Amino acid sequence: MSDLLEIADLTVSFDSDAGEIQAVDHISLTIRAGEVVGLVGESGSGKSVTAFAILRLIRRPGRVKSGTIRFNGVDLGTLSEEEMRQIRGAKIALISQSPRTALNPVITVGRQIARLFELHGGLSARDAHRRMLEMLSLVRIPDPAKRAGQYAHQLSGGMCQRVMIAMALATSPQLLIADEPTTGLDVSIAARILDLLRELGAKTGAAILLITHDLGVVAETADRVVVMHAGQVVESAPVRTLFHQPAHPYTRALVRSIPRVDRTVTMEPIPGAVPSLLDPPPGCRYAERCGWVSERCRIARPPLTRVVADHEVACYGFEERRDAAG
Amino acid sequence: MQTSAPLAPLPPPSPSLVWRRIRRNPLSFGALCVIGLIALAAIFAPWIAPYPPDATDAAAALQSVSWRHPLGTDLYGRDQLSRIIFAARIDLSVAFAATAAAVVIGSLLGAIIGYRGGWVDHIAMRPVDAIMAFPAFVLAMGITAALGNSTVNVAIAISITQVPSYLRLIRGEMLRIREMEYADAARTVGNPTWRIVLIHLLPNCMPPLIVQATLAMGFALLTMAALSFIGLGIQPPQSEWGVMTAEGASQIVTGEWWLFLFPGLAIMITVLAFNLVGDGLRDFLDPRMRGIR
Amino acid sequence: MGFLGYLVRRLALALPTLFGVSLICFFLTYMLPGNPAMVKAGPFATPEHLAEMERAMGLDRSLPEQYYRYASGLLRGDLGESSATGRPVSEDFVQRLPATLELTFASLIIAIVIGIPLGVLSAVHRDTFIDHVGRVVGITGVAMPSFWTGLIFVYVFFYLLDVAPAPLGRLGAGITAPQHITGLYVVDSLLTGNWQTLRSSLFQLMLPAATLGFSVMAPVARMVRSTMLEILESDYVKAAWAAGLPRRTVIYGDALRNALIPVVTILGIVFGFLMAGNAVVESVFAWPGIGNYAVTALMTKDSGPIQSFVLFVAVLYVAVNLLVDLVYGLADPRIRLG
Repeated sequence: MSDLLEIADLTVSFDSDAGEIQAVDHISLTIRAGEVVGLVGESGSGKSVTAFAILRLIRRPGRVKSGTIRFNGVDLGTLSEEEMRQIRGAKIALISQSPRTALNPVITVGRQIARLFELHGGLSARDAHRRMLEMLSLVRIPDPAKRAGQYAHQLSGGMCQRVMIAMALATSPQLLIADEPTTGLDVSIAARILDLLRELGAKTGAAILLITHDLGVVAETADRVVVMHAGQVVESAPVRTLFHQPAHPYTRALVRSIPRVDRTVTMEPIPGAVPSLLDPPPGCRYAERCGWVSERCRIARPPLTRVVADHEVACYGFEERRDAAG
Repeated sequence: MQTSAPLAPLPPPSPSLVWRRIRRNPLSFGALCVIGLIALAAIFAPWIAPYPPDATDAAAALQSVSWRHPLGTDLYGRDQLSRIIFAARIDLSVAFAATAAAVVIGSLLGAIIGYRGGWVDHIAMRPVDAIMAFPAFVLAMGITAALGNSTVNVAIAISITQVPSYLRLIRGEMLRIREMEYADAARTVGNPTWRIVLIHLLPNCMPPLIVQATLAMGFALLTMAALSFIGLGIQPPQSEWGVMTAEGASQIVTGEWWLFLFPGLAIMITVLAFNLVGDGLRDFLDPRMRGIR
Repeated sequence: MGFLGYLVRRLALALPTLFGVSLICFFLTYMLPGNPAMVKAGPFATPEHLAEMERAMGLDRSLPEQYYRYASGLLRGDLGESSATGRPVSEDFVQRLPATLELTFASLIIAIVIGIPLGVLSAVHRDTFIDHVGRVVGITGVAMPSFWTGLIFVYVFFYLLDVAPAPLGRLGAGITAPQHITGLYVVDSLLTGNWQTLRSSLFQLMLPAATLGFSVMAPVARMVRSTMLEILESDYVKAAWAAGLPRRTVIYGDALRNALIPVVTILGIVFGFLMAGNAVVESVFAWPGIGNYAVTALMTKDSGPIQSFVLFVAVLYVAVNLLVDLVYGLADPRIRLG
């Protein structure tokens, strides 16, 4: 598989009254064509900011301070606003969290989908309407003709998310960014939405960047997982490896905090909170919450190093333990 | 729509914090200084004004701006700067008295109505709705016309038009916070009702109240000036900004521009200052506005 | 279904309000300085004459009875008499209302046509030069007394530049009024093709409408700005950007369409400002509307017209707010469809 999206050394900061907030700090990650990558972390870890940075939609007071984002080998930073606009929605689509508020309340859902066909596909109003109805059936919305004429407030949360998925897939994008697609949905509906995403992704060949705070969600959906903590990538691994041999203490804590039926041990919450991103300390941002912390961790930031092929971790403690064992 | 943050009994910002925040907003801070200067000028008018406000001087009638008369003189040779300074006394004191009375009456009534809730609320709010059905200035016109032209009556009229807004504000806050834990806590230790309302609940409504009252000062000034301008309320030869503008209006066709311009400018600057301070206050006093960005 | 319920609820709220309005106006009318009978009878009336006058006016009855007479009079369109013109106030009103409406509509159009784009520009170019200028204009506009703005306009455009007519009514000297159709001179002269009158009436309307329009433009722009800012940050606008919709579509299609719904609601308040402003601005420009009529009546201590003006404006205000709520209900599918 070739690299579809390649983020290198991306830093995004927000200016506030109190100073500069480093929301995303020198992160790198790669998504291959057709792959499903889970981006996991607590809220405030910079996941959604990364998504908006990919679409080049970071606006004041935020700004991209460094890094390149290549899509199909093209540096998105070098494109004109108009060229970028033609990529948004068409090549890279976003499914935002809170589907209900992400739909325009005064435009019918059908119209919101159909206009994407007109815009990105150049279809006539009539063809767009027909394709829109097909899309609604594809995401298994019953009675598409009726639903198309309705507004967001008339649909259930799960229904709204199906509409969002239909919108995102309408233009057959190569990359689908799903930002917490199951927030606020019932467990059973959430599961069906995830199945639908995965199935349609496979059918259309779209790669998916699945952003979530819930490791359980990625376990069932993703091929590979990237774990973020306080704006930094701490670990990246194939999904099975991550669950069976988590390397970073934060990932370990995350995995332990998943409720599981096959385990009698009560799940452990992660101690401490995400540190302030305002003037963060120079070292590892997990240091204050970490059981493996040593003096070194507070001084310098551990680099992302390879454990085995396809498994990377940023932790001095892990290296020391491996070296000692090894 | 942002969800409003829960209005817990937020600790009132300490004076030093207030001071720091005001200074961070230079425009509002400047406006506050302007209000201070105008207030000082009003208080010390007899010492500051170059002439007595009603001293006529036929020889110096209708003079344009000059060193002797920085803002010119009127038909009777009265010095306009002195009149404007003296007018600040009546304008500011009426606006302040009207607003203060409305705040006290409105918030007390609102607190009682909101705290009782239920049918009391249902019945008491109907007259409030009726008052709010009038455009404020038009109602003030009607009340002044009915009570008769006097400074006190203007203050009463302006006050009446303002009461409903404070009443509604405090009632709304009361209906909400009386359900909260700290209200329960105050009740369980056996405080009498008036004490709960006045000491425990009302202070929590202060921030939005202060903001609204500051903005209302500007509106009160405009209302008073407009009433006087159309001949209701304060009457010539009393020095009042609206009255002076009206007197100046008759001089326009002969080109004596300073007579209508400066009193109106005084109104505008004062109102602008109150509005800027009110906006600035809202930015950090009203907890619901915090963090919306 | 949803809308019908909304309509009924809204109507049910308006009725008690109207009752309250009539009560307040009743008290204002009978709280007048001096006995209304005394004013009417004149300063040289004998006590017997006065008592007779009081009986004739029903002032010796109980308050509820007086209110009943007052309210039933109102329902018949009886607003009392003007002691100055000696005519029923309602007749004077009907004659002068078109002038007020013409001025009000013209100012409303100015306020909307300038205020909405200004608010949108400010919001879209937040914290830039355009935004700062817009906000300064807005906040200053709110602080300027409308009579003063009017006087400045008269001084600059009539006295200094001589590009505007004298502030004396609806038509220039020697111009005859158009045939009465709607009573709005601009509309009537357009309908009858009377270009000379049209030109003159527009010319006369220019300054007062600009004055009044300017005074309410600021709140409109401010409201549009803050609503737009909120909506530009909303999830659905972010989703629209992310979907690659063109800038124009996002701002004027997705965002403004939503922003205009709350803006509709402040048009009611704006109308209230305009009616209040009428009383003042009409007197600056000698505009023969109901506001000027009420103010002129003040000079002669003729209180009938002024209390009728207050009542009339309040009733109109209630009606306009009702209308605004209905438009709001129709514009917002969340209310229209329940």
